[in-house]
Amino acid sequence: MTSTWLDEARADVARDPETVTRAFALAGRKVGRDPLRPETDPAGVVHGTVDDAARAELVLALVDAVGAAEAAGRVGALYRQGDAAERRGVLRGLDALETRGVVEDTGALTETGVELAQDALRTNDPALVAAAVGPFGTRHLDQHTWRHAVLKLVFMGVSLEAVADLEARTDAELARMAADFAAERRAAGRPVPVDVDRLVPASSTVAHQQHGTSQE
Amino acid sequence: MRILDPHIHMTSRTTDDYEALYAAGVRAVVEPAFWLGQPRTSVGSFLDYFDSLLGWERFRAAQFGIRHHATIALNPKEANDPRCREVLAEIPRYLLKDGVVAVGEVGYDSMTPEEDEVFAAQLQMAREAELPVLVHTPHRDKLAGTRRTLDVVRESGLPAGRVLVDHLNETNVALVRDAGAWAGFSIYPDTKMDEHRMVALLQEYGLERMIVNSAADWGRSDPLKTVRTARAMLEAGFTDDDVDRVLWRNPVEFYGQSGNLVLDPVPGFVAGEAPRPAEFEGSSVLRGARV
Ligand SMILES: [Zn+2]
Repeated sequence: MTSTWLDEARADVARDPETVTRAFALAGRKVGRDPLRPETDPAGVVHGTVDDAARAELVLALVDAVGAAEAAGRVGALYRQGDAAERRGVLRGLDALETRGVVEDTGALTETGVELAQDALRTNDPALVAAAVGPFGTRHLDQHTWRHAVLKLVFMGVSLEAVADLEARTDAELARMAADFAAERRAAGRPVPVDVDRLVPASSTVAHQQHGTSQE
Repeated sequence: MRILDPHIHMTSRTTDDYEALYAAGVRAVVEPAFWLGQPRTSVGSFLDYFDSLLGWERFRAAQFGIRHHATIALNPKEANDPRCREVLAEIPRYLLKDGVVAVGEVGYDSMTPEEDEVFAAQLQMAREAELPVLVHTPHRDKLAGTRRTLDVVRESGLPAGRVLVDHLNETNVALVRDAGAWAGFSIYPDTKMDEHRMVALLQEYGLERMIVNSAADWGRSDPLKTVRTARAMLEAGFTDDDVDRVLWRNPVEFYGQSGNLVLDPVPGFVAGEAPRPAEFEGSSVLRGARV
């Protein structure tokens, strides 16, 4: 029943790209909102939800229908006119395009995608921030923006499992930022999120382990 | 006691209000789009307002264990400003969105030709979106305004059962009930309508299609008026089931016609505990069973 709705919606988009707006708004009511990986991510923040995945499919269908260049404006409108769930869907759609290898290094779609990811990173919605650092964000965000996105996730207490290729892109500057953040937390007598260990080389984590705030 | 306040402007209220509402049994609210006191001068400020009703305010309410829904419309007062009327082109796409349970507030303020036109246009939008409608009745010339409201609703072809006519009192309740529409009462701290007069109306007209709200906003108002009405009902001899019907089942039945109400408890919410940002996700806010 639910997969039928998505199949029909994709076929509609192929026939008439305008229909994507309505399908995007209705997706949650049609396919549900359960988390994709409930055992590790009960709220669907880190890996997304069933409706995120359905909207990503709609983005793929849209790009197939109109081509990457024209899709840029339409994807931008879906995001700007969307609520938080629809915005997540756009970001997850960009990830799906990236994974499929159809996003160029430059071009209108890439430029729009980067603007949208930067917009999402300015919000206080953990699920939006998480959706901005998937495969698309990791490949196309500049290093400064990307580092701040990762630190923001740590700050918000969202698992760094949300970040695509975390280890490959982590650099000394991010490690320094994470270590400073951990020091600030310790000074305030507050717990240090365990994910800091993924950013800071082992030798510099000793201090907070001695304070017993790490959950390892 | 469980309560759905079917008309409350939470963007104008504090987090203390949210905590007091939850403590008193309010588990869901509907926030109609309305005038902000300060007139708007462009479409953009409507869009930011609509987005904040569906985004930030829903998020804020959920942090206090309350399910927040909205109704979307160009309000009658601002229907008179041509700079605001341009927002009509944007409203249909909002009516598709999650958590939008009606078109509203629409209706009359000063009963101008512009208000006529905007009201009729939005009733057609409700028809197309298959949504119920929340109608505001004017503060001045209320009886004539209510009559004209019911005429326009009849001409629109919209079933009366999908229309809630709000801010009623002793003088116009019979008109609305005879038309087959839902009768809404805003209980205020001062003159307009109080909980004891409300109880008397329930005794006279019965409980069917009767809806009570606080209409609390940025003016002098009391967000707990729903609860106070419930208590006044019990004191007057109504049963717990009667209270549940008026303050929960009736508004659920009316707005449930949208297929867009979410009423199960907010996941992860613990009463009395501060919201935990790390475990509190925007994405979880709208998850749940719809009625
Ligand atoms: Zn109102």
